[in-house]
Amino acid sequence: MVEIALPKNSRVQKGIVHKADKRLEKPRTLKIYRWDPEDPANPRMDTYEIDAADCGPMLLDALIKIKNEIDPTLTFRRSCREGICGSCAMNIDGQNTLACTKGLDETKGKITVRPLPHMPVIKDLVPDLTNLYAQYQSIEPWLKTDTPQPQSEWKQSREDREKLDGLYECILCACCSTSCPSYWWNSDKYLGPAVLLQAYRWLIDSRDEATGERLDDLEDPFRVYRCHTIMNCAKACPKGLSPAKAISEIKKMMVTREV
Amino acid sequence: MSEMRTPLSRVRGLGSAKKGTEHFWLQRVTALANIPLAIFFVSAMVAHAGADYVTVTAFLSRPIVALVMLLLILSMVWHMRLGLQVVIEDYIHGHMAKLLALILNTFFALAIGTSSVLAILKLTLA
Repeated sequence: MVEIALPKNSRVQKGIVHKADKRLEKPRTLKIYRWDPEDPANPRMDTYEIDAADCGPMLLDALIKIKNEIDPTLTFRRSCREGICGSCAMNIDGQNTLACTKGLDETKGKITVRPLPHMPVIKDLVPDLTNLYAQYQSIEPWLKTDTPQPQSEWKQSREDREKLDGLYECILCACCSTSCPSYWWNSDKYLGPAVLLQAYRWLIDSRDEATGERLDDLEDPFRVYRCHTIMNCAKACPKGLSPAKAISEIKKMMVTREV
Repeated sequence: MSEMRTPLSRVRGLGSAKKGTEHFWLQRVTALANIPLAIFFVSAMVAHAGADYVTVTAFLSRPIVALVMLLLILSMVWHMRLGLQVVIEDYIHGHMAKLLALILNTFFALAIGTSSVLAILKLTLA
């Protein structure tokens, strides 16, 4: 059944307040979710005060500053710092997005930072995305062909290539899937917006010869049809893509081959 | 236990059910049918607001009205059953509880549907 309250050991407690020890030119306060698997204590929200005048412009810069100067135990994923690797996806002021493309000046007052919602937490802001990656693997995201490999490349017309626009840009950061209530409730079977957008990317690829098999594998009340088009995915996507539209296109393909 | 299964094995599970599109399609078709049928029903009821029993039963027993009412009941009940099924599948996760809820949903839809049809038939064939 639906769990209304959190289990006792995941109730979030008030945390430690790290006050600034000098006067700050542009003071900003961050409240950050902390949990350590080696500590039996419940998760807590720690507070950090930083000087935005002495910090890079993005939220990721603030997190790195905190880790470097205030609290080296703060744990988060980051790599490219320019919105292309998808590592620093997290929930900032209630919205899933990339910390590296979220400007500090886009936020007001206290900034609340939590890990991506409804995923098991490995530590602090690091979610366990094992299930999502396995789901990605399950849609076989590679070109499948029976025709013998051509001498040069698999050809594709300009128009067919354009069909991949709005799909190939996905960086699999999981902001969309973890913003989707259907994915929260049924992620054991529902593939979720990120993986379905990827599935559509291969369904619509003119070079692929396994479209029918791909549709067969997806056609399932849970794998695809848990999407009720509430559009949280499109709202969350830091790359401005619309997984909801991709899912509708998958449904259209399924109806087309049946009706 | 299940911890020792690979993530891919867990995700693949029992495989695709290879259905779901018919459910999706019928939900849309019945939704479409419900629009004119519901407009007819609501405007007929508004037009008969305050009318006495004899007038209303006489109206409902006219063959064309009875026909539209039967279509309305069929489409609405079918749509309701499909919609509730989705809600149950979304939120009820215990296998037995889900099975029971799905069966009760079908029984409930059939009970509502047949009793409404019977009422219309009784009026129009009396």
